[in-house]
Amino acid sequence: MGKLHLEIVTPEKVMVSQEVDIVVAPGTMGEFGILEGHVPFLSGIEPGELRFSSGNQTERFLVTTGFSEVSDNQVSILVDAAEKATEIDLERARKAVERAKERLSLDRGKEDVDFLRAEAALKRAIVRIRISEKIN
Amino acid sequence: MATLSDIKRKIGAVKKTRQITKAMNMVAAAKLRGAQMKMESFEPYATKFAEVLGNLASRIESDIHPLLVKKEKVSRVELLHFSGDKGLCGSFNSNLFNRAKKWMDQEKDGGVDIGLTTVGKRGRDYFKKRGYDLIGSHINAYGNVDISFVNQISRGMIDRYLADEVDGVYMIYSRFLGMAKQVPTLVKLIPVEPPVAEDEEGSGAEVEYLCEPDPEGLMIELLPKHINVQIYNAFLQNETSEHAARMAAMDNASRNCDDLVESLTLVYNKARQAAVTAELMDIVGGAAALKG
Repeated sequence: MGKLHLEIVTPEKVMVSQEVDIVVAPGTMGEFGILEGHVPFLSGIEPGELRFSSGNQTERFLVTTGFSEVSDNQVSILVDAAEKATEIDLERARKAVERAKERLSLDRGKEDVDFLRAEAALKRAIVRIRISEKIN
Repeated sequence: MATLSDIKRKIGAVKKTRQITKAMNMVAAAKLRGAQMKMESFEPYATKFAEVLGNLASRIESDIHPLLVKKEKVSRVELLHFSGDKGLCGSFNSNLFNRAKKWMDQEKDGGVDIGLTTVGKRGRDYFKKRGYDLIGSHINAYGNVDISFVNQISRGMIDRYLADEVDGVYMIYSRFLGMAKQVPTLVKLIPVEPPVAEDEEGSGAEVEYLCEPDPEGLMIELLPKHINVQIYNAFLQNETSEHAARMAAMDNASRNCDDLVESLTLVYNKARQAAVTAELMDIVGGAAALKG
């Protein structure tokens, strides 16, 4: 079986760094799969599900936007955020939505609230819920 | 002359101040460690990103995207200014203000309008008070910054640049060069100047990537991300710098307290001795008079 080295890197940390057999990622022009011996390859990544297998074990991750680079049997996925599909906390995401909405409803001129941040949090939580519901 | 109890009270006050500065020093040290770790874990991402962007940039024309094109006439620029949310960190904040002021005065002399966005409470208050054109401010952002927040900031800038509302975007943040060295740095964000691909190990032949979509399309996707990476980096560096500066400042303050306590104790002892001597003279004098 061919071996690829997969790395999923987010600005916060290196999420995954391991040997795998196949990687399937959500590219900007559709899902693509990478096996051993792939030509050097660059592609954008869309928010969606990324999966990889090693032996007969398959793992699923939720990724947001970013890009991927393949060269020399080395696959690097650089995304804004990644999360193990099984570890998405739906409950928490729903709560985050409520919290963000509440903050956004405050008076813009008066309160000492960062609306940009609240908005970003809201969007993030919504994506999380959507993907989590799709996968499970 | 200060009485004994006055001096004693003063010593007590200085000792209490020292307690506070010592505690702040330790808190800053702990936070510094956290911030430094975040900086280190961002490194793999930033390195890889620069590598790919450099590779792409060397293969495409430099004017395929408006974000790469310099505007001929510059009449209004934006500045993203980083500073701390809190004070008590030595000259950290004022260094950042001075750097920004100097640059803005220069630009204004050249007839360029400047819109200011600040990150950090200190910066917001400072520039608001002095009547600068403040178009936005973010407070209490350090410590829980993530890429989607950065994305929101950069999207606004990119939109304004593309809509010809501004002709350039810059940022000023404090670069962390070491525990004792933090330098306010000015960086040009837009128009984007892609990093030059470094030829590692002098391999000469660049890897020819198969690109999806094409190199141009990818570049267009990566450009805003490149700005994000730079801003995110500024957040992390600025946070680390602030904690390092505060640690140094508090260390200094604690040491000054030690010196003060020492010299006050000397004064106290001298005064005490003088009092004892005076009392003794009184008693001896009284005894001699009785003997008469």
